Amino acid sequence: MNNRGTVATLLRIFPYAKRALPRVILGIVAALSTQLLALTVPTFLSGIVNNLKTNPSVSALIPGVIAVLVLGIGEATFVLLRRWLVLTPGTHVEAGLRRSLYAKLQDLEVGFHDKWPSGQLLSRVTGDLSLIRRWLSFGLVLMVSNVITIVVGLVILCSYHWILGAIFIVTSIPIWFKGFKFETEYHRVARQSQDQAGDLATSVEEAVHGIRVLKAFGRGNFFADKFARDANALRSTELKKARMIASLWLYLIMIPETAVGVSMLVGIYLVSQNQLTIGGLVAFFATARVLTWPTESIGFFISMTLDAKTAVERFFEVIDTNVDIADPEHPKHIENPQGRLVFKDVHFKYPDAPEDQADLLKGVDLEIQPGESIALIGITGCGKTTLTALTTRLYDATAGSIELDGVDVRDLTREELRQHIAMAFEDATLFSSSVRDNVLLGRPDASDADLKQALEIAQAHFVYDLPDGLDTKIGEEGLSLSGGQRQRLALARAVAARPSVLVLDDPLSALDVDTEAMVEDALRTVLKSTTALIVAHRPSTVMLADRVALLEDGRITAVGKHSELLATNEHYRHVISSIEEEANKR
Amino acid sequence: MSMQGVNNEDNVDLNKQQSREVRRRSLRLLFSLIRGIRLRLVGSFFMVLVSQALRVVGPGLITFAIDRALPAAIKGDMKLAWLTAGAYLICAIGSAATTSFFLVYAQRTNQAVLFQLRDRLFRHTQMLSLEFHEKYTSGRVISRQTNDIDSIKELLDTGGNEMVAGIIYMIFTGIALASLDFQSFLILLFAFVPLAILTRWFQKQTKFWYRKSRVASAKLIVHFVETMTGIRAVKAFRKEKRNQDDYNVLVEDYRSINAKVIQIFGIYDPGLTMIGNITVAAVLLFGGMRAMHGDFSIGLLTGAILYTKRFFDPMENIAQFYNAYQSANSGLEKVSGVLEEDPTVPEPTHPDVLAEPKGALDFDNVEFHYSNGKTILPDFNLHIPAGQTIALVGTTGAGKSTLAKLVSRFYDPSAGTVALDGHDLRKIANDDLRRAIVMVTQEAYLFAGTISDNIALGKPDASSDEIMAAAKAVGVHEFIMSLPDGYQTDVNKRGGRVSAGQRQLISFARAFIADPAVLILDEATASLDIPSERLVQHGLQTLLKGRTAIIIAHRLSTVSIADRVLVMEHGRIIEDDAPAKLIAGTGKFAKMHKAWRDSLA
Repeated sequence: MNNRGTVATLLRIFPYAKRALPRVILGIVAALSTQLLALTVPTFLSGIVNNLKTNPSVSALIPGVIAVLVLGIGEATFVLLRRWLVLTPGTHVEAGLRRSLYAKLQDLEVGFHDKWPSGQLLSRVTGDLSLIRRWLSFGLVLMVSNVITIVVGLVILCSYHWILGAIFIVTSIPIWFKGFKFETEYHRVARQSQDQAGDLATSVEEAVHGIRVLKAFGRGNFFADKFARDANALRSTELKKARMIASLWLYLIMIPETAVGVSMLVGIYLVSQNQLTIGGLVAFFATARVLTWPTESIGFFISMTLDAKTAVERFFEVIDTNVDIADPEHPKHIENPQGRLVFKDVHFKYPDAPEDQADLLKGVDLEIQPGESIALIGITGCGKTTLTALTTRLYDATAGSIELDGVDVRDLTREELRQHIAMAFEDATLFSSSVRDNVLLGRPDASDADLKQALEIAQAHFVYDLPDGLDTKIGEEGLSLSGGQRQRLALARAVAARPSVLVLDDPLSALDVDTEAMVEDALRTVLKSTTALIVAHRPSTVMLADRVALLEDGRITAVGKHSELLATNEHYRHVISSIEEEANKR
Repeated sequence: MSMQGVNNEDNVDLNKQQSREVRRRSLRLLFSLIRGIRLRLVGSFFMVLVSQALRVVGPGLITFAIDRALPAAIKGDMKLAWLTAGAYLICAIGSAATTSFFLVYAQRTNQAVLFQLRDRLFRHTQMLSLEFHEKYTSGRVISRQTNDIDSIKELLDTGGNEMVAGIIYMIFTGIALASLDFQSFLILLFAFVPLAILTRWFQKQTKFWYRKSRVASAKLIVHFVETMTGIRAVKAFRKEKRNQDDYNVLVEDYRSINAKVIQIFGIYDPGLTMIGNITVAAVLLFGGMRAMHGDFSIGLLTGAILYTKRFFDPMENIAQFYNAYQSANSGLEKVSGVLEEDPTVPEPTHPDVLAEPKGALDFDNVEFHYSNGKTILPDFNLHIPAGQTIALVGTTGAGKSTLAKLVSRFYDPSAGTVALDGHDLRKIANDDLRRAIVMVTQEAYLFAGTISDNIALGKPDASSDEIMAAAKAVGVHEFIMSLPDGYQTDVNKRGGRVSAGQRQLISFARAFIADPAVLILDEATASLDIPSERLVQHGLQTLLKGRTAIIIAHRLSTVSIADRVLVMEHGRIIEDDAPAKLIAGTGKFAKMHKAWRDSLA
């Protein structure tokens, strides 16, 4: 974490707030005007009353009343003006930050998302941003106008008598020290509190997403106890914050009041020595009183500013992150995709793996000809799924290259690459929209006939029986679809995208035998013309492919037909055949 | 249209009766939260009183200094000046100290309320049935527990003390004015008419718009969570642009609603100032006219104006608080709606004692329909003696998973009973039930934390030896040891990616360590590769010894370890016998088995 100063950190928000800036400045002017008017009204009132004392007539009263009325309406208008000037732009800034953060998060590679607990991201996009908005349109405006008021007030105090002014300035020194110490200490705790709020959001998310497991094991309370511990940690941090603010406030309230008390004594002495007029002393007190609120509120605004600083910091932690998997500067383009996929000495290690850990993929070489389908076989955890993720650059190979029709995948825009290669993941992610939208995710403009065909291939006829057929909203609300149904939709989605290369990660694992057989038959027609890489665990899935590639210890150790490998390769037999052989023996 | 629970919670334009319903339940929640801290609130009240009193004394002392101490000092006697200044200092220190102390005190109270609310909401959502979660969606549950709680936090931060202090101050000032000059007091009272109209307008507007704002922010969160959870699919299918467009619309919706809410307050607050200032002018006008006729002294007029002006001083704080209250209230409405949801699978109040579960399961005339009326099980009867291993086969939609969900009591049957050792499941305490019956599904969710933590979820007090033994039993030990930190590897970090198959193995270990009397495996081996499955098969033979087991699997290899095979179709059992006998026969299962054997060749 970089440790910039508060001002430097907060200034970073201004590119996002550029358009709001003039209105923020005008807002400060309006706030100042309000305070100035509020300051003049009492003097004005007493003037009118005094005037009435000497000249009790309508001609003295009416202009006075009108003046008071105008000043009063003026004050209210300036408040209205300040709010009108600043508040709407504030919401625009917040919305802009929110859009940027979301765009950045979508741009960042999967490896980033693996590392960051989702609750931390959520808390950044919600609580943090509204904190920044409130600071910009409220905290900043009032703090600046209050500081100006205080400075002006101090000058006025000095103008009554320099000693009186000096009392205020000298006694304020401890406040500066306290404030400085407060800044560093409070910032640390504020950061801790915002991080803990993020952790809490993460716990909430996990408990919701893992609700089935928690219920199946009756661990709801166990998890709730853990959540309570986290919530309690946040509570202690919040209390720590409160104690710090309280000790700052103690100074901020006590010291100016002490100064008033001391200057009361000194002032009375000065008047008795004829160095100050009675009127001067009265005016001095009146001014000092006007300064009370701005001074006291400074504490509130300092902590608000520091909270905002922390929020800005957390915002930029994401924004500053380098997008490791980005589009190339001069992207190439594949005019007529054939679907020839070649892995050349591909190495891979997860970016957050420890230095000394060996690569997961240690030089994968594999050539898939256009229209050919290859089954990828290997034991659990050998890197099959990882290898498929490299094809569409969900991760980038750490060494070596993957080429599509002779073009390095890193030389294509992500958009184009992912148009050519479509994937079906093992854990089918559906989004909360209609069946149609979910299936046509990869090709939104596809015709109804294409949609129908894709559903046919995936044997997903069940969608027609859903309450609203193809328009039934599924996704998040579709958790009641069975695993097999979800998987078939994911398959239909990949097929519907009509890619030149299909990457299927164990696409039939959740299907029953009958359905699997039907899907396989239908899929064969697609695979005739499409290049495919199919992660398979079962011989039946292997049979879909023209050839088999065996992934072992991070390399492709054998490529060939199923029957060949079965006959010649010991490891292949170990991976694919043992149970079945046993079963067949029975 | 009922507002019960979370029904129609996206509806923002409520009629009178609905408003009353919703208001009642959020007030109920508010009071129940306050109940535990009544004494603290009384304490707060007195502290506010003291610090307010100390603050009021200050200006009085200044007047005293000018009126009395100053003339004395001019005469050469500084004693009174010393005394006054001393008293002022004491008040200053006192008021600073009480304010500062109160800040921590109030925050302690606030945090107690927040903690209680968070804890209660979390536990309650955990208690709610799967049916609820599936319908309500995770994003909304998350939104309730983050954003809505935040709005309540903001209310607490705004500080009720300011409002209480303000109201006390206004009452005192009002009384002072009434006793000084009743006519001016009447003018002040008259000001309450526009004040009430303005406040009523504000209340109505904010209620509507804050409700909209809650709904809009929940939508933002739902969308955000869905994108981030499904980021792989988003990227793979180039959904980023479409997502961004959708999100931008939601952001703009939320922004404009939020701006609207702020604008409403932006009118309300200066409106109050305006009314106050006009009242002051009115008091001046009428007082001045009476003064001209000589029946009102200038001194009284000064006093009346001062008090009228002061009367409106705390208005802004009160308005601020009221605004925060309106915002928090719409949060409370949503939260209280979730809390109002009854678990449709409730815990028994007087549970049967289940000391040593044996694992006998009985289905008696069980029916199950989904809420949309679709019948899954028409009239189901089955007896599974303790210790038997059942393989459940049949096509998708035959009702196998429903059966599993009924045994694990994710759902209750629509009619009839499911019983464990003769006890209706609805009569067994949740802890007992979960100890006795454990289900492993295809969806193997891992929680943040170490692998060891994740296995121990099955038995939180398990020793590391037990955890290792469980991992060995299901054959995942070698894999775990190959990870950088072994059992202590964080499942989300340090390159310790866990494949789908490994996740399943870990969840097997989780079930193994839980040591239940009844184990249900719902497609729990689907993602396993063959070597892993073989290991699990071996493990299963030891694992299932002395237990009742229901295994749902498409891979018929699992069937070999079953004592009994049930073939289901359309919610009915059509075949029921030992596997060998069924294979030898000519029924559905024999055909399935043959098809499966063929698929291996």
